[in-house]
Amino acid sequence: MISFSEIASSVHQWLNSHLSPAWVLTVEMVIVGVAAIALFALLGLVLVIMERKVAAYMQIRLGPNRVGPKGMLQSTADTVKLLVKEGITPAGADKFMFNLAPFIAMITAMLLLAPLGFAKDFQIWDLNIGVLYVTAVSSLSVIAILMAGWSSNNKYSLLGAMRSGAQIVSYELSAGLAIMTIVVLTGSLQLSEIVESQRNGWWIFKGHLPALIAFVIFIIAVTAETNRAPFDLAEAESELTAGFHTEYSGMKFALFFLAEYINVFTVCAIGATLFLGGWMPFHIGNWEGFNHVMDYIPSSIWFFGKTFFLIFVIMWFRWTFPRLRIDQLLDLEWKYLLPISMFNIILVTVIAIYHLHG
Amino acid sequence: MYSTTEHIGVNELGDMIINVGPQHPATHGVLHLVITLNGETVKKVEPHLGYIHRSIEKMCESLSYRQFIYSTSRMDYLSSHINNHGCALAVEKGLQVEIPARAEVIRVLMGELTRVASHILWWGALAMDIGAFTPFFHAFREREMINEIMEETCGARLTMNYMVPGGVMFDLHPNFHKRVKALLQQFKDKLDEYDELVTYNTIFINRTKGVGFISAEDAISYGMSGPSARASGVSCDIRKIYPYGMYDKVQFDEVLLQEGDTYARYLVRMQEIRQSLSIIEQLIDNIPEGDFQAKTKAVLKLPKGEYYSRVETARGEFGVYIVSEGGMTPYRIKFRSPGFSNLSALDHMTRGSKIGDLVATMGSLDLVIPDIDR
Amino acid sequence: MFIVDYIKSIYGAMKSMGTGMKRTAYYFTHHKEIITEQYPDNRDTLVLPERFRGEVVMTHTEQNEHRCTGCTACELACPNGTIKIVTKFDISPEGKKKKAVDKFIYHLELCTMCNLCIEACPTNAIKMAQSFEHSVFDRSQLTKVLNQPGSKLEEGVE
Repeated sequence: MISFSEIASSVHQWLNSHLSPAWVLTVEMVIVGVAAIALFALLGLVLVIMERKVAAYMQIRLGPNRVGPKGMLQSTADTVKLLVKEGITPAGADKFMFNLAPFIAMITAMLLLAPLGFAKDFQIWDLNIGVLYVTAVSSLSVIAILMAGWSSNNKYSLLGAMRSGAQIVSYELSAGLAIMTIVVLTGSLQLSEIVESQRNGWWIFKGHLPALIAFVIFIIAVTAETNRAPFDLAEAESELTAGFHTEYSGMKFALFFLAEYINVFTVCAIGATLFLGGWMPFHIGNWEGFNHVMDYIPSSIWFFGKTFFLIFVIMWFRWTFPRLRIDQLLDLEWKYLLPISMFNIILVTVIAIYHLHG
Repeated sequence: MYSTTEHIGVNELGDMIINVGPQHPATHGVLHLVITLNGETVKKVEPHLGYIHRSIEKMCESLSYRQFIYSTSRMDYLSSHINNHGCALAVEKGLQVEIPARAEVIRVLMGELTRVASHILWWGALAMDIGAFTPFFHAFREREMINEIMEETCGARLTMNYMVPGGVMFDLHPNFHKRVKALLQQFKDKLDEYDELVTYNTIFINRTKGVGFISAEDAISYGMSGPSARASGVSCDIRKIYPYGMYDKVQFDEVLLQEGDTYARYLVRMQEIRQSLSIIEQLIDNIPEGDFQAKTKAVLKLPKGEYYSRVETARGEFGVYIVSEGGMTPYRIKFRSPGFSNLSALDHMTRGSKIGDLVATMGSLDLVIPDIDR
Repeated sequence: MFIVDYIKSIYGAMKSMGTGMKRTAYYFTHHKEIITEQYPDNRDTLVLPERFRGEVVMTHTEQNEHRCTGCTACELACPNGTIKIVTKFDISPEGKKKKAVDKFIYHLELCTMCNLCIEACPTNAIKMAQSFEHSVFDRSQLTKVLNQPGSKLEEGVE
């Protein structure tokens, strides 16, 4: 069975035998860059079609079914349309910031990809402060939204951007604290070590109640952080038409759109890594046969399966719930999520001190 | 009208002025609201009308008494049948014709079906205003059944033009009974789903409870009517106070709530769906045999005088005022449409609330813009 | 007790959201509930009720005879000026002049399908057809002459 790590190491060996170490690094960086962009493009297409299909089935519709087999090429066609569409910059806009914002949104989404472990021993950059890096970089996305909202010179955009600012700044806290629970249990900030610590059981199972609470809070907080319904106040199309990207069109709009989906993917991947064991297969105690079968499934499938499950949950939220109001959104964070996660972190510290976890 | 600093969108006090509409997802049409905002807080709402004014009243002055009825379907297109009923009643008042019992029952049945269809669509649209998309599509499933009934019996889905002075245009379709029974069964199953999806949802309750409050006194002084006023405790159901058609012979309750907020308006309409279904249930098995149309002359002439009739549409009280000089066409026609007065209370209801509340309140008023502008 | 209320409110919120999610999950997994109609594909099986009002047509018999006497009752009944009847004078075998329809002009672009013309027609010459796909690229095509060329008045219709 060919695994991603084997491919990676063979490519590395082949390059080392032909080039000097400096060139090896350069070539590998280029390969990673191309692979990341390819993954993004693919993910964008897949997630858009997935969202549309999920929405359609929940709304007793068929969804896209004309382009390609069962409409699977619909998002490709849409992307082509957006690529050839004119990207208008409004006359009153701050042109430099207006054109820069979508790229910042995209770059922050891309940066988050670095520490993710896609499969066994297959990681772009296994840095020792992975969790810290993730929390730090993910909060950068608000800058892009604020920039877009401010520079559009549109009042709807401005309102959307301001909402988004308040929202992301507050939900960072509980998302961070939820991640902290796992850091406390593992004792490491390195994502590969966190995955390794779940070899004998995922944290959501062996972390007792605190891990479960942290997981629920994490899912709610990241839904808010990625501006997805029911927390999509930055867009809120029935209130602010399209919020911060009202004035964007063509590929600049598509970049925001793509960045949203990539953000959803990365936060779900982080959720899967922290709580659901990343690429670790599902094991039950001493059932040797069962565990063996589970081991046989490639680790990348495990990783993507868990991630897409979480993505589905977030889409499920979107197509079920009404939107919150801005003050209720902040209420939820400061009066419910934050106190609970603070209490939760005390609980988990007690568990960690007395080694009650497995 | 517009302040001098309108072009930069900030008034003298530093408040932001936003144009919501005429093209905006929350206005359900070409309504234009000029909103003064202090951050997220709404300070003033100023509706600007006239984007879809077609001067239906003036147009009606050159149409005969048979012809003008169809144009009222284009006002409140969601309760077009009830609008037509009001016009037919006014003309019949002048003609002094006796309506056959069968025609009366058919009229009421169709009117209640229209009301249910209108409320169902409103339910989906309100949920969409508040941010939930799925209910909108679920609402269309039941509405489609009603539209099919209409299509089969009346020949059209929305602007039916089924009323003629003296009765209805056609007899009921043979399938009508069967289809209405199926519809009643469908609603029995699905109304609970509506509650699961929206009514008991915490986010929905939080978004609507205490939002857009209006007291009974204010509701009366703004001339509000229909479910929006009944949510404030104003008893104003024309079907109860001035019964027309069959309404004095059927059992139903006027739904009254005292809270006066968006959630109360929501509950009133949901209850009204159940009341309308019970009216349909009472009448569907007791449609009397007989003519569906009274004999009238080919050219109708109303005696000189003034005629007024009022009906309860899905949105409130709809009045038709006809002044006749004795000729073939009315001398003057005035329609009292419920949406106009309901919209006028919007400013009072939303001052000091957030933008999201404004959208929710506007949704709960069930505005149909062609009805406001006429 | 504050804490009890706090926990109760969280529990209630979770429960209400859960019921909503259960409902959407039901529809997500039960695909037979889908109500989409694949419209242009189901044209062949599409059944419109016989009363559906799509456009006004004039019925012709196999001998190319219609029942329109040219009485202009429909023209008078129409609220929009959709119908315009051009009359001519036929010479009957007895040598008497008789008013008859020359052109029954129907403006589909003005028609609101209110059915008043059909109600007004004393001879049942016109009726509503169920066709509803009226889009054309040139609006002059929407102005139709309903009586077929060379058609005559049916015997016995006055």
